[in-house]
Amino acid sequence: MQTATKSPLEDLDTEMRAEIRHCLDKWKEKDGNLIMILHEIQNRHGYVPRGASLFLAQETGVAVARIYEVLTFYHYFRLVPPGKHNLTVCNGTACYLKGSGRVLGELERRLGISEGKTTSDRLFHLETVRCIGYCAMAPAMVVDGKAMGKLTTDDVASVVEKIRKREEGESNGQSRN
Amino acid sequence: MDSGGIAAGAEDVVSFFRECGERGEVALPVVRTGSYGYAFADPLVEVKNAAADPPVLYGLVDKAVAARIVEEHIGQGRLINDHIVASRIRGLALDGPTTAILVKDTSQEDGDKTKFLQASILDELKNRDYGDRIQVVRALDMGIYQEGVVVQLLPSCVTYTNVLSRDIARIVDGCGPSGAVLNDLLHSRPDTQVRIVLRNCGKMDPESLNAAIAHGGYEGLVRAFTDGKPEAVIETIQASGLRGRGGAGFPTGLKWKLTRASEADHRFVICNADEGDPGAFMDRSILEGDPHAVLEGLILAAYAIGADKGFFYIRAEYPLAVKRVELALTQAREHGLLGRDILGSGWNFDAEVRLGAGAFVCGEETALIASIEGRRGSPEPRPPYPSVSGLWGKPTCINNVETLAAVPWIVAHGADAYARYGTGESKGTKVFAVTGKVRNSQLVEVPMGTPVREIIYDICGGMQDNLDLKGVQTGGPSGGIIPESRLDTPVAYESLQALGSIMGSGGMLAMNENDCMVDVVSFYLKFCVDESCGKCAPCRIGGYQMLQLLLKIGRGRGSLEDLEQIERICKTMQCASLCGLGQTAPNPVLSTLRFFKEEYLAYIEGGASYARKRKRALSEGKSLKEAG
Repeated sequence: MQTATKSPLEDLDTEMRAEIRHCLDKWKEKDGNLIMILHEIQNRHGYVPRGASLFLAQETGVAVARIYEVLTFYHYFRLVPPGKHNLTVCNGTACYLKGSGRVLGELERRLGISEGKTTSDRLFHLETVRCIGYCAMAPAMVVDGKAMGKLTTDDVASVVEKIRKREEGESNGQSRN
Repeated sequence: MDSGGIAAGAEDVVSFFRECGERGEVALPVVRTGSYGYAFADPLVEVKNAAADPPVLYGLVDKAVAARIVEEHIGQGRLINDHIVASRIRGLALDGPTTAILVKDTSQEDGDKTKFLQASILDELKNRDYGDRIQVVRALDMGIYQEGVVVQLLPSCVTYTNVLSRDIARIVDGCGPSGAVLNDLLHSRPDTQVRIVLRNCGKMDPESLNAAIAHGGYEGLVRAFTDGKPEAVIETIQASGLRGRGGAGFPTGLKWKLTRASEADHRFVICNADEGDPGAFMDRSILEGDPHAVLEGLILAAYAIGADKGFFYIRAEYPLAVKRVELALTQAREHGLLGRDILGSGWNFDAEVRLGAGAFVCGEETALIASIEGRRGSPEPRPPYPSVSGLWGKPTCINNVETLAAVPWIVAHGADAYARYGTGESKGTKVFAVTGKVRNSQLVEVPMGTPVREIIYDICGGMQDNLDLKGVQTGGPSGGIIPESRLDTPVAYESLQALGSIMGSGGMLAMNENDCMVDVVSFYLKFCVDESCGKCAPCRIGGYQMLQLLLKIGRGRGSLEDLEQIERICKTMQCASLCGLGQTAPNPVLSTLRFFKEEYLAYIEGGASYARKRKRALSEGKSLKEAG
């Protein structure tokens, strides 16, 4: 589809090009810098855009296939933009035993998406993580970078509803202006 | 506060105290620390009112409790009920007048015994006119369990167990000026825990180099430089018997010696902080609580093997650990502990942080090296070992966080001090993250050889909700499950291996009677199948096929032949897999087939209807009977 118009590389705005160049300057002296550069790109955008990978390949001379080999091997990297709010359910053993399945099930039901997916309005992204080490507070999840523990299905429901309400409030406020 | 504490709301509490300080309500300095290890009571606040007063540790502190601490404890010197975590020090003599008495009923029954005893002691004190001088406070946790009502006198920390109403008069007598210790009630057994690796965690500000130095940081390094040769450091570590705490237990001193013996123009040291085992969080807590200790360990390792460059390979999922290590590196560089001519020794060394990206296999040495080099983390066949040809083909020494954190202590205190703890083959102490269905999830550090039962029951308070313990899982997805009948097994590399488990990095997960082994094993195996890098066939295909068989059994459609097939696959994976991930992935399966075979048979014999019932019971967290 994209090839019919232009490649993601041409789509890449100058700002991102500058960012990546800056990143490259910072790391160019160091060996084995690819993963660290990809980390920086993802930190800034929440994912690694295809255009960024192509540009990175062009600038460094590393084959795009190499970059994608790394991106797809590691769980941490994302190739699609995340939702506005990220819900990460811990699925470590302690959480699993203490009912992370119930927490995940409730979220999937409320959001109407399965794990690893984003809602169609791009408001929520739901995923699981191996273990975030909050085992004493199992079952735990991370909501937009903030961890919550000892969750019940009711807690989960109220988290989702709260975010929804806030978002509705914001969009109403905007439309009134 | 570590990430666990922050998740439990520590940020709010800290900012509250800071605001009080700015308003002039609190004259005490507010210090953020790492985690002390009492994860069950996060967030924790330690209050030290005056230099002479003993510090008081409060657990489960939210804003409301923080406000009471400011008003009642700091303002009026009154301790607060239901939040004090008692000191683990067991006093043996009354060294002064008692100022406070802590009470807590440590049996697991719900009741008002604590309140009743508190009231009785108060009455007795009033009768003797001590009422306004001695406070009686209900504690949150005493560190003693199943010992009836426990009473601790402060500040002497004399602790009495199994206190009954009739003992109250004698205890109160003992609080008087000529009081004596009641030997029949005295709890004189010292705390089982020995804090070497966790020595500073929770006691100091991890973001301050000065605090680290005040707590004995970099003493080991100074000693190593003044004592002379790098070989001396290696000898000390070899004599201490320290073995790799990441799981495999390779002797650390020998690893250093081998790396040093390899001829090369550059050598590297790597700190493996890619703590991937689900249920283990001690590496994170150490990095967040005492980053300078790990850095000092890394510098010492580098000095010993003659490396000029080091790396911290840290999980990206641990942002606070990354931040604190980077800060520690900057501070060390500013003060001449890293860089050129360290402490005037003429030796150059620097280190930097590299992030992992969520691949369990990267805990394996060769995969970790590939990841630092910027490639996908596929393991390579060994030999050559990293000590000969590692990072960029140079000799490389990879040590786990906990191993490195122990190194400075050993160098500063001597090999004998460390080797005093532990068993014949396993020396020193080990940190465990005890989680699952225990009453108090927490970090514990015990000498090697401590029985598992002691860790679960004496330190962590036994099982939650008074349910029976079924088994204890050690070593995460690479370990096995120790049944209740073998709970007296001492923790050591050899004894755990004999049970088909491993020490692993130190996750210890307690399971109760309601948990289902087939389900747990499927969970672990699914983890390993997901995390298999796919390079070698035994792991890639064997794991997948075994999981399908397990799931089939879990649906009640399995047969006895399937169990035999599973065992065959296990053997193949153990023998033929390329790296530790595939070789150890069958451990949970084999150990449960050994100790819990009846659960597999129940699925096979009970068929689909049993499987459905079991699944319903699990999803509701009930026992099979309750679920009907």
